[in-house]
Amino acid sequence: MVEKKSISGIIFDVLNYLFMALIAFICVVPIIHVIWASVSDPASVDKATSFILWPLGKPSFNAYRIILKYKNIWTGYKNTLFYVVAQCLLTSVLTVIAGYITSRKRFRYRNVLMMFLAFTMLFNGGMIPTYMVVNYLGLLDTRAALLIPQAMSVFYIIIMRTAISGIPDSLEESARIDGAGEFTVMFRIILPLCKATFAVIILFIAVGKWNEWFPALLYLPQSKDKYPLQMFMREILISAQNSTSSVTQSAAEYMDNAQMYKTLVKYGAIVVSTLPILLIYPFCQKYFVTGVMIGSVKG
Amino acid sequence: MATTNTKPKMPKTGYVEGAGFAGFRHNIKIDFRRNKVLYFLSIPIIVWYIIFHYIPMVGIVMAFQKFSPALGFFESPWIGFTNFVRFFTGPYFGRLLRNTTMIGVLDVIFGFPAPIIFALLLNEIKVTKYKKFVQTVSYMPYFISMVVVCGLIVDFTQSGGLISHLVSSLTGKAPENLLANPRYYWAIHIISNIWQGMGYGSIIYIAALASVDQEPYEAAAIDGANRWQRTIHITIPSLVPTIMIMLILRMGSLLQVGADKILLLYTPATYETADVISTYIYRSGLQNYDYGFATAVGLFNSVIGTLFLVVTNAISRKYTESSLF
Repeated sequence: MVEKKSISGIIFDVLNYLFMALIAFICVVPIIHVIWASVSDPASVDKATSFILWPLGKPSFNAYRIILKYKNIWTGYKNTLFYVVAQCLLTSVLTVIAGYITSRKRFRYRNVLMMFLAFTMLFNGGMIPTYMVVNYLGLLDTRAALLIPQAMSVFYIIIMRTAISGIPDSLEESARIDGAGEFTVMFRIILPLCKATFAVIILFIAVGKWNEWFPALLYLPQSKDKYPLQMFMREILISAQNSTSSVTQSAAEYMDNAQMYKTLVKYGAIVVSTLPILLIYPFCQKYFVTGVMIGSVKG
Repeated sequence: MATTNTKPKMPKTGYVEGAGFAGFRHNIKIDFRRNKVLYFLSIPIIVWYIIFHYIPMVGIVMAFQKFSPALGFFESPWIGFTNFVRFFTGPYFGRLLRNTTMIGVLDVIFGFPAPIIFALLLNEIKVTKYKKFVQTVSYMPYFISMVVVCGLIVDFTQSGGLISHLVSSLTGKAPENLLANPRYYWAIHIISNIWQGMGYGSIIYIAALASVDQEPYEAAAIDGANRWQRTIHITIPSLVPTIMIMLILRMGSLLQVGADKILLLYTPATYETADVISTYIYRSGLQNYDYGFATAVGLFNSVIGTLFLVVTNAISRKYTESSLF
């Protein structure tokens, strides 16, 4: 459809293109600032009054040298990787099973079961009673406390169930005639047909777990060695400024004026903890889009 | 298909309908025989939901107790509504209710339209590559963890921070620590929420816009409707169902202002505007070990939240076609 453009239309277009560029800029500028500041000259960074869009002074990686020796970050990294992998395995298997069961038409009470699960979206016990249950189960200060209480989510089950419901029953029937059991049907026939949905769920779990910190605050009151990365990030960025001071102090042994790098160490830690996700997400975009779509269609 | 017989005949195979409890027992037996593996597989799922969702619901009895962890959910002394009375008459009730409501409401007023407007404007961009680029970039903040986002807020709003500088150059006042001033907390909270959620929140609207039928546009163009008129009369109406569903979802959780972001951002100096019900539950329960009281506050919050969801859903069902249940 070719159409003559009015002057006001052209002005709108120009302004709109500029406005979208501004939005994009606002979205990325804090991260650009953090990345370039972390390799800049520390004195210029502390004096800067606007966002840093290119390295100030001579680029140096001293902040990263300090971070490399900062044990907590790497403990956190290791723990988070463990939590991400374990949670993905646990939750995805349980979600497939739950989605499979609640979508079987031959299972007479599938909707009763679904109601039983979905009711928990409407009403829940709340923070303290849940904490007490975790406490009574003896899970406090164990790694399991970050995995088991979040083992399932009705949201994922509904997504999985919707995807599985779309697969014709005849596929299962013909597999059964060939002698396939319940597990063969589930993991060999059904799962490969909803790979995309499965990928969405894994991505949701992985990103959520990577960024999660609150359950650790609740359930790991005395086990710093089991903290995920985000809990150490909280110490570095928020809790108290002296946390970075102690890092830079210990760095004084091998680096002159390490104290100057306090801000840069914070920025460097942000880069180290956030970069993996930022590098991955553009390639997973289409999966996230599907996930949001299915999730919201079903409420 | 209710049977009129007092003693319904139970077929050897096949289900019976409307035969009361005996019928249910019969049906579940047959169903079990047919789907044994499904029944066994559902055990861990049911057990998990009972332990981590239904037992905590039972645990709400703590709200009516002087709870002590050593005595448990049923042995702790019962004290009726004392915890609730303490909360309602306590010094913080008004403040907590005001902050929770205001943060929730402001977040909807500003945070809800933002992705819609963004999607509409982005939809007007006809250079696909540029559009895709802006879209991808706009999702980015969503993937940054809450801790890092709050760390950035703390860093940028401290008295030497970049945003403080920006604000002071606009207002002409000396740069101050914005986060330490209770007057700015709501603005900081809501603006950062929009920054983090706008792009991601627009996904659903962009998808809805992509599926709008092109024919009415062509017809409208022939009839001489300009772009603005087409947007008002074709594009926006076609988005309304999506907007309604998203609005119900959003309204349903209006008063469930999460603790995690505020716990990272607030300080005793800003409790006046930043302390909400969920952070108060965290402090009184897990820092002051006042478990029964914290549960009572939590129960108040979830009852209000559930009521809100049900009422919004009912209103929406009455006036629009969309509802959740």
